[in-house]
Amino acid sequence: MIVSIASGKGGTGKTLVATSLARSLIDDYSVTLLDCDVEEPNAHLFIKPQITSTEEIAVKVPRVRQDRCNHCGKCSEVCVFNAIAVLGDTVLTFPELCHGCGACSHLCPRQAISEIPYRIGTLEKGHSGGLEFAKGELDVGRAMATPIVRKVKQRPPGEGITLIDASPGTSCPVIEAIKGTDFCLLVTEPTPFGLNDLSLAVEAVKELGVPCGVVINRAGKSNEVIEHYCQEQDIPVLLKIPLELKIACLYSEGFTLADGLPEWKARFKQLAERIMELTGERSCNTQR
Amino acid sequence: MNIAISASGLTLDAEVNPRFGRCEQFIILDPETMQFKVLVNTGQSAGGGAGIATAQHIIKEGIGAVLTGNCGPNAHQVLTAAGVEVVTGVSGNIREAVELYKSGGYCPSSQANVSDHFGMGKGKNR
Repeated sequence: MIVSIASGKGGTGKTLVATSLARSLIDDYSVTLLDCDVEEPNAHLFIKPQITSTEEIAVKVPRVRQDRCNHCGKCSEVCVFNAIAVLGDTVLTFPELCHGCGACSHLCPRQAISEIPYRIGTLEKGHSGGLEFAKGELDVGRAMATPIVRKVKQRPPGEGITLIDASPGTSCPVIEAIKGTDFCLLVTEPTPFGLNDLSLAVEAVKELGVPCGVVINRAGKSNEVIEHYCQEQDIPVLLKIPLELKIACLYSEGFTLADGLPEWKARFKQLAERIMELTGERSCNTQR
Repeated sequence: MNIAISASGLTLDAEVNPRFGRCEQFIILDPETMQFKVLVNTGQSAGGGAGIATAQHIIKEGIGAVLTGNCGPNAHQVLTAAGVEVVTGVSGNIREAVELYKSGGYCPSSQANVSDHFGMGKGKNR
């Protein structure tokens, strides 16, 4: 079973939920945690993995052979991303706009374009106390996060539960993280901002055809803001994590809820079981 | 040689458009005769790389210079590579801007005067 954890609004508690879930389930299930918030991964701060491999991630960008190019401009015509411009006798390429589709290279009538790697980031793999871990990280200054998210998710289909910690928002890297998962857990906070961005995330998730449920973090006096919306949309509220100083202190020291407050282990296990019910997953497929 | 001015309207009485890449149209004008035509900017609707698309589009009109408000780094690179003079910081009435340009009142810019996506500030005024 693959569960993505997303939000809409940033800072609602995706990583808190993802890492706490991972730590709660490790006793009974085979668990993998993938940090797909590649612009600012932070799950490793709580999981503290031992990293066993690091690989460079590159996209393919065009390189034009000036001796073969006759400046016909075909490459520029076919590029939908405007990543290659032909002016007079010069060809300019813009690697940061290139999506690596290969159209320019493939369609050049003089075969003057080859594809060369353009590094955009890294993929680290490791483990921590029986938990399998992977983290994607976009290099500072690079613009395209989505290919890294894709790479992090690329794994042989396995047993057990895979948890994907996504970025905030609903832009391309988030869509890539949620796409194809069995369930999306949306973490929100009971405020008007939380609700506004949650509704955007719900729209995105519905478009992707992924079933979802909500976790209300920093729950307290104004939960009905979210609960009312979820009832209207027929979305289950699966967990409420209260606004409590001790939880904030724990998290600020790098502990997940499962590590610091053991009663939460049972609650996160229940959350996972609820998700399995909702996705029709037979728990014996995922259990150790 | 002809010059291109990013335009907020369809005549020389219109205002200069402050954006290069995503302006609605350009006025392509012969500064000697002041004869002009309106060129719809197809680069405006580009998902990304609007500056590049727009620059390529207007270069085909055989212009020697562009007058605009702001020009980002990608557009500036393309225009310069094509030998087109880029004049930024141009505003106000198009006719007056052209006259000021003709009398040498503007200096071409050697680099982009704004960062990428400048005109799409989404209210952040950056």
